[in-house]
Amino acid sequence: MKEMRFDSAVIGGGAAGMAAALELAARGLSCAVIEREGHLGGILMQCVHNGFGLIEFNEELSGPEFAERFEEKVRKTAITPFVGTTVIEIENEGAEKVLSCVSAGLGVVRIRAKAVVLAMGCRERNRGNIRIPGSRPAGVYTAGLAQRLVNIEGYVPGKDVVIIGSGDIGLIMARRMSWVGCKVHAVVEILPYPSGLTRNIVQCLNDFGIPLYLSHLTTNIYGKDRVEGVEITPIENGALMTEKAFKIPCDTVLLSVGLVPENELSKTAGVEINPMTNGPIVDSSLMTSVPGIFACGNVLHVHDLVDFVVEEARRAGAFAAEWLSGKRPAKEVRVKAGPNVRYVNQSRVDPSRDNKLYLRTLIVKNDALLEVKLNNKVVRQAKKSHVQPSEMISLTLGPAELEAALQVPDSVLEISIQ
Amino acid sequence: MRQELICITCPMGCRLVAERTGEGELVVSGNRCPRGAAYAREELFAPKRTVTATCRVSRPCAGDRSCAAAETASQALDAPRRVPVRTSAAFPKDRVPELLARLYELEVELPVERGAVVLADALGTGIDVLATRSLK
Amino acid sequence: MKPGSDSYDVAIIGAGVSGANIARRLSAYELDVALIEKEVDVSFGTSKANSGIVHGGFHHNKKYLKARLELQGAMMFDRLKAELDFPFERCGIVVAAMHEDEMRPIEQLYMQGVENGVIGIEMCSRERMLELEPKLSADCVGGLYAPGGGIVEPYRFVFSLVENATKNGVRLLTSFKVDTASREGERWVIRSTDGRSIRARYVVNAAGLYADEVSRIFGGEEFAIKARKGEYYLLDRMTKCKPERVVFPVPTSVSKGMLVIPTVEGTVLIGPTATVVPDKTDLATTRAELETILKSARNMIPSVSETDVITSFAGLRPCLEEDFYIEPSRKAPAFIQVAGIQSPGLTASPAIGEYVKDLLKKEGLKLVEKADWDPFVRKVPRAKDLSPFELDELVRKDPSYGEIVCRCERVTEAEIVEAIRRGHTTLDGIKYFTRAQMGRCQGGFCTYKILKIIMRETGMSWDEITKRGSGSSVLRGEL
Repeated sequence: MKEMRFDSAVIGGGAAGMAAALELAARGLSCAVIEREGHLGGILMQCVHNGFGLIEFNEELSGPEFAERFEEKVRKTAITPFVGTTVIEIENEGAEKVLSCVSAGLGVVRIRAKAVVLAMGCRERNRGNIRIPGSRPAGVYTAGLAQRLVNIEGYVPGKDVVIIGSGDIGLIMARRMSWVGCKVHAVVEILPYPSGLTRNIVQCLNDFGIPLYLSHLTTNIYGKDRVEGVEITPIENGALMTEKAFKIPCDTVLLSVGLVPENELSKTAGVEINPMTNGPIVDSSLMTSVPGIFACGNVLHVHDLVDFVVEEARRAGAFAAEWLSGKRPAKEVRVKAGPNVRYVNQSRVDPSRDNKLYLRTLIVKNDALLEVKLNNKVVRQAKKSHVQPSEMISLTLGPAELEAALQVPDSVLEISIQ
Repeated sequence: MRQELICITCPMGCRLVAERTGEGELVVSGNRCPRGAAYAREELFAPKRTVTATCRVSRPCAGDRSCAAAETASQALDAPRRVPVRTSAAFPKDRVPELLARLYELEVELPVERGAVVLADALGTGIDVLATRSLK
Repeated sequence: MKPGSDSYDVAIIGAGVSGANIARRLSAYELDVALIEKEVDVSFGTSKANSGIVHGGFHHNKKYLKARLELQGAMMFDRLKAELDFPFERCGIVVAAMHEDEMRPIEQLYMQGVENGVIGIEMCSRERMLELEPKLSADCVGGLYAPGGGIVEPYRFVFSLVENATKNGVRLLTSFKVDTASREGERWVIRSTDGRSIRARYVVNAAGLYADEVSRIFGGEEFAIKARKGEYYLLDRMTKCKPERVVFPVPTSVSKGMLVIPTVEGTVLIGPTATVVPDKTDLATTRAELETILKSARNMIPSVSETDVITSFAGLRPCLEEDFYIEPSRKAPAFIQVAGIQSPGLTASPAIGEYVKDLLKKEGLKLVEKADWDPFVRKVPRAKDLSPFELDELVRKDPSYGEIVCRCERVTEAEIVEAIRRGHTTLDGIKYFTRAQMGRCQGGFCTYKILKIIMRETGMSWDEITKRGSGSSVLRGEL
């Protein structure tokens, strides 16, 4: 069994992993990027639609273009990418982390690193997770699997499609399926508002005349061998209107019902998970509960845009490098998700520097007010023309707002939305 | 004339209102940047969409295991069977089906570099179709 | 057996757990045996969707054949596991009483267990129950413990039995749905709906839910098999509610109740419900029943959470009467009925094999032991169960052991290929053999790879791939 040693190792070679690794390499640290698929780029490679990179590159790119730009940078550095290589366990051995990896070419390799960045991304919630009753025929797929089949393999999973959930992947797939000659009969959303971006409602549904059923629950899937239809039931005032249920015939059901950070591997290292995000609990330097293990991107919390993912990942890479150089925050302030806030991506801030935070709200509201309190004193207020759970909110807090915390032990920063 | 639109130029999704004044001029409001106004004009008079699709490739792609892990016989599992493409600019919306039909017939020679033109001057619009991934 | 011959000493109809055990038992003798299955793969009926339990021998009175076969069958599993390489573990069974009133039936179960000769069965105080099973609710008042009960992966058990049977000469005919049967001298001529035909001196009707139809086709007894549906939830292996042992509630008159089962592969199964359905193909789950399962499971183990659910499914029990119906037909000649094999059918199945072998002997079938009978199957190394050193060594010999296809259950390409080479060429067949697509992502990440491996290994084209046989095509077009 081979053993290799690096200053740092990044698990996952998607956008987050590459962005984090580039920061580590830029600071002269040796870095391994371990990617289970046969190429770098992660899920971006199947996102052949455009809309990526507006913030990062000030251009509108497709997923593969965005990924390849990063990959080219990676190839120009001393970063060692391991593709087709799966990490099966993370162990803590003294000051080192040991990653047991397996690949066809190398067999089992133990990669030792002093710092590890988790960047494994997320997985799609599936039919079982949302417990749609009915039969179990062929033709029920997650939107991501259908996207892979159509965009990379060139296979069309079905002809008459109903999409459950109005997340962006589902909307994008509604357009893709229409563009490859399928009929998309409906997009069904349990909430009273769509989960995806408004522009995607316009260009992926309205352009094709695809009906969007809001406040509707999928109550049954029919079909013995292959899907024959779905039953949709309206929800009125929180109650299921069983008598108003109707059936939509189709041969395919695509599910776009949310993403879950994939942390089963993180748990093998003893990383503590936040039940609100299903991602690790991280401090002001995006470090998890296990010293030396950092997290970023969709494995930390599910992001809306890859541009935000790489922004966060760069910081994780830089923080990991700082940590390796022995730097530790002098003091940290606990962050609390206050009223109407679902979560804040990190549990602590460092009052001595700028902290970029990502958060999600629990409410849908126009003209909302974002309020930040330090030890019950308002330190920041910001007007938001519109907030909703599916749109991530970003916020930067610096010493100007936070320095008062330096004098008070056990300071608490509370973020709320009204 | 007053028309409400949602701008699709970027993920902000601005809610636009387009109104024609007495002089026949189109006034756009609700946009957070100039691209919104341009979008509204275009959407009302000559709607366009960036088209993304995939094309057949001339032979199976070579896998990409040129990294630390050696090549194996099974690497073909994640080798792509299609090359992704997009239009170099927004394409007239009413001609998208025609363009897609053309792209699905196309076979792209490998290797192909990202940015390579796979279809020049598509349907005589002056717009090219570009590969968006490099394949060996 | 003569190659290409279509004439057999025995034809067994139905390659579920009963038929597979009978076939494997008969494979030890100098006989030509055909195992006929209407589905595209074996174990695709009742045997694929059940609780996967080797019962504790205390639920039924010995006056029933099913109880006697259960007791005998349960004892046979250790040896079968050693020979046939399928997941089985004697983790023990507890029956939890959640109310003082339930202690009386517990006592009756205990007495029945003692009378049945169950080894190690004990009545438990509340303290003992909580010690045996710390995940139990604090409301538990006591219960029963049967240490010999266990858990098994039912489809793997059937796959191994059939593989071993075919290794010893049994001919497996899949997608063979019996259409007609007629007598030709001393033989049965059995025709399938697709026009194939075979001849056999003896026929065993192990057709599960369709044993009534098969009996009718052969001019046997008239009876009606009722389908009693059982719905289940499968929970992620990371769930906090995973018990150490199989947890039963106190049984009702119709069923053993809804259980919490730590599956032999590390996930948790909760269920089943018990509802008679008119349609024998109705495998649909329902919102109301699934809610009942969660409620019932939480009553015993409060940490059961719906957020851990990765999938739900339903199975159909073939119900006839109170007892199994295993005897030679009084109407049709050389025709053995093996019907109504509901719970504890899986547990009893090895003994059913033995019992039917004896019945056939009594009916005049000559049994001469094969000198070269091989009771073993070739073991498939499973990456998930290997140490890093073992896996490393294996990858050196076969690099496809280094290619992890299913990340959730850690299944390698080599294991998928092995499944295909052993005849499991549908998505479900591969799932049952390897566990790929059975984990928390339910195939979201690996399905496309499995499709490509199937095409590569079998030469099938995209439109020939199915989830579980005809009609269940996976793909509908190619760009």
